[in-house]
Amino acid sequence: MPEPLNHAPGTGRGLEVQGLGIRFGGLHAVRDVSAALAPGRITAIIGPNGAGKSTFFNLISGFYLPTSGQIRWNGEDITRLPTHAVVARGIARTFQTTTIYRELSVLDNAMIGRRVRTRAGLLDALLGTGRERRDDADSRAGALRALEQVGLADLAGRPAGSLTQEGQKRVGIAMALASGPELLLLDEPAAGMNPEETTQLMALIRRLVEGGLTVALVEHKMSLVMGLADDILVLHHGQKIAQGPPEQVSRDPAVIEAYLGSHAHGGQLGQGEASDA
Amino acid sequence: MGAPRLRRGLWGWVAVFALAAAVPLLKPTGYVYDIGINVMLYSVLAYGMNVLLGYTGQLPLAHAGFYGIGAYAVGLLTLKQGWSFWAAWPAAVLLCMALGYLLGLVAFRTRGDAFSIFTLGVGVIITSVINKWDALTGGNEGLNGINPPQGLEALSRSLGLTLNGGFYYLALLTLLLTVVLVARLRGSVFGRSLLAIRGSEDLARSAGVNVFAHKLRAMMFSTGLAGLAGGLYAGYAGFLGAAFTGPLTTFTVLLHLLVGGLGSLAGPLVGPALMYGLAQGLRGLEDYQYIVFGPLLVLIVMFAPQGLVGLWERWRARRQGGGHA
Repeated sequence: MPEPLNHAPGTGRGLEVQGLGIRFGGLHAVRDVSAALAPGRITAIIGPNGAGKSTFFNLISGFYLPTSGQIRWNGEDITRLPTHAVVARGIARTFQTTTIYRELSVLDNAMIGRRVRTRAGLLDALLGTGRERRDDADSRAGALRALEQVGLADLAGRPAGSLTQEGQKRVGIAMALASGPELLLLDEPAAGMNPEETTQLMALIRRLVEGGLTVALVEHKMSLVMGLADDILVLHHGQKIAQGPPEQVSRDPAVIEAYLGSHAHGGQLGQGEASDA
Repeated sequence: MGAPRLRRGLWGWVAVFALAAAVPLLKPTGYVYDIGINVMLYSVLAYGMNVLLGYTGQLPLAHAGFYGIGAYAVGLLTLKQGWSFWAAWPAAVLLCMALGYLLGLVAFRTRGDAFSIFTLGVGVIITSVINKWDALTGGNEGLNGINPPQGLEALSRSLGLTLNGGFYYLALLTLLLTVVLVARLRGSVFGRSLLAIRGSEDLARSAGVNVFAHKLRAMMFSTGLAGLAGGLYAGYAGFLGAAFTGPLTTFTVLLHLLVGGLGSLAGPLVGPALMYGLAQGLRGLEDYQYIVFGPLLVLIVMFAPQGLVGLWERWRARRQGGGHA
C-alpha cells in the first residue's frame, strides 16, 4: 500500500458544526444542524431525496456561505473561508456525478488537485524559477501517489474521459486525495456502480481510513452505508433527526418515520441487508 | 505529455523564426516590412487574448483598449516627458498590467457573458477617454511625431538595413519573447490551473484552485502583452489616433484568434498571418472584402471549430492513427 498523502491523523478535533443553516430565498435547505465528524472514522450522511445532504456538503467545503451557524475545523472557525482555503486546511471533496476534466489526462486531473499544496505563480512560470521546477515535480509526485492509492497509476497518461464511469469516479477521488486531505467528503461515490464496483469502492474507502483519513459520505445505497459507516447522520427537511452508530440509527423511530413517510428507501433501512462487504 | 510535444514542435518554431529572420536578406520593400510588422503586432495581441480566452476561458473585450493605453503611454512619455523609448516601453507594459489588475478586481466579480459585456463597455470607455481628453492625448488631432526608438536607425544602418528593417527585427524579437513566455505559461503549474478554470470554474474552486487570484494574474499577463504590442506600435507608427483602440480592433484580434485556433500555441501566429495577409490582398475590394471574410468565418466555425491549427492537429492525428492500423 502506497504511503498515504494525508497529514498526521488525530492531531485535531475534526469537524464540528454548530447551528448550521442556509436559506435560498424562502427555502431553508439546511436548518440548525449541529454535529461532529469524529476523526479517523467514516460518517455517512443519509436522508430522503431533498433532505439537504449535498447542501450540507457544499456548506462544509466552503462552496456555499451559510446564512447561520458556525463550522469549526480542528478548533479553527472556517465558516467564512473561501473554498480554496478550506481545501488548503485539509478538507477535500468529490461530486455527485463524475465531475472531472474529461479532456485532460488522468495525471493532469490529479495534478490540478495538488495545486493547493504548491505556490508557484505566474512569475515563476514565466521565469522558469526553481520554485516552478520544484512545485512541478511535487505536483507530479503527489498526483502519482494519489493515483496509486486509487489504483489508477497505470492509466495516468490516458484522457480521463476515456475511462469507465467507475474509473472516472476514481479520478475524482484521486483529485481530492492529491490535495493531501485530512477529511474527505464523498458525494454519492457509488452512484452508477454495479455491486462488484461498489465492493471495490468500499475496500478503497476502508484502506484510506486505515491510512489515517476521516471520511464523510452522502450515499443512497444502504448496503454501502450499513456496511461501511461507523456513524450515521440522518437529515430530513434540512434538519438533523438522528446521529449514531448504524444499529442504533436504523431502529430510530424518527428515522423510520422519515423514510416510510417519503416512500423513498423505506424497506431497505430496517433490514440491515448488507453487511456483505 | 507536455515536454516531448513541446520538443517535437520546437523545430517547427525554430524554422518559422529562422525563415522570418531571413526575410530582410531579400531586401524587401517597405510595404513587405509593413505587412510583416503588422502581422507580428497583431500576433502578440492575439497571444495576449489567447491567455484569457484560450487558456482561462474568459472572453475579454477591452483588449484593444490596453493596446491603446500601451501605445499612448509610450507616445506621451517620450513626447511630453522626454523619456527614452527604451524606458517608456517597459513602463507602458507595467502600466497596462497594473490597469489590467484593477479591471480584473471589478470585472471578475462577473462571469461568462456578463464579464465579456462588462469589458466591452470598459473598452469603449477607454477609447472615448482617449478621444475626448484633448489636453493629454491630443483628442481627435491625435498624437504626432513620436520618434523611433533611440539608436534603432543607427543600428539598422550598421547592419545594412533600413529603419523599417530594424523595426521588423524588433517586432520579431518581441514576438519571440511573447511565444517563449506563453509556451512557459502553458506547461506550468500556474497554466494547468488556468486550464482547470477553463474546464469548469466550480470544479477548479472545489479542487482548491484560487480561481479569482488566477484569473487576475492571467488578466495582468494578457493586458501586459497588449501593452507590449501597443508600445512598439507607437514607436513604429509615429502617429496615434483613438480609432485603433476601439472594439473593432478587439474583434479583429478575436477573428484572427478564432481562425488560427483558440488555446493552441501556434494559432495566434497562424491567424494574423493568414487574415492580415488576406486583408492586404483584398484591399482593392474595400468594404466588399467582408464578402470573403464572412463566409470564411462561417466555414471555419462549421468545419474547424478549433481553428486551422486544430484542423492540422486532427489531420495529423488521423494520419498517425492510420499508420498504426
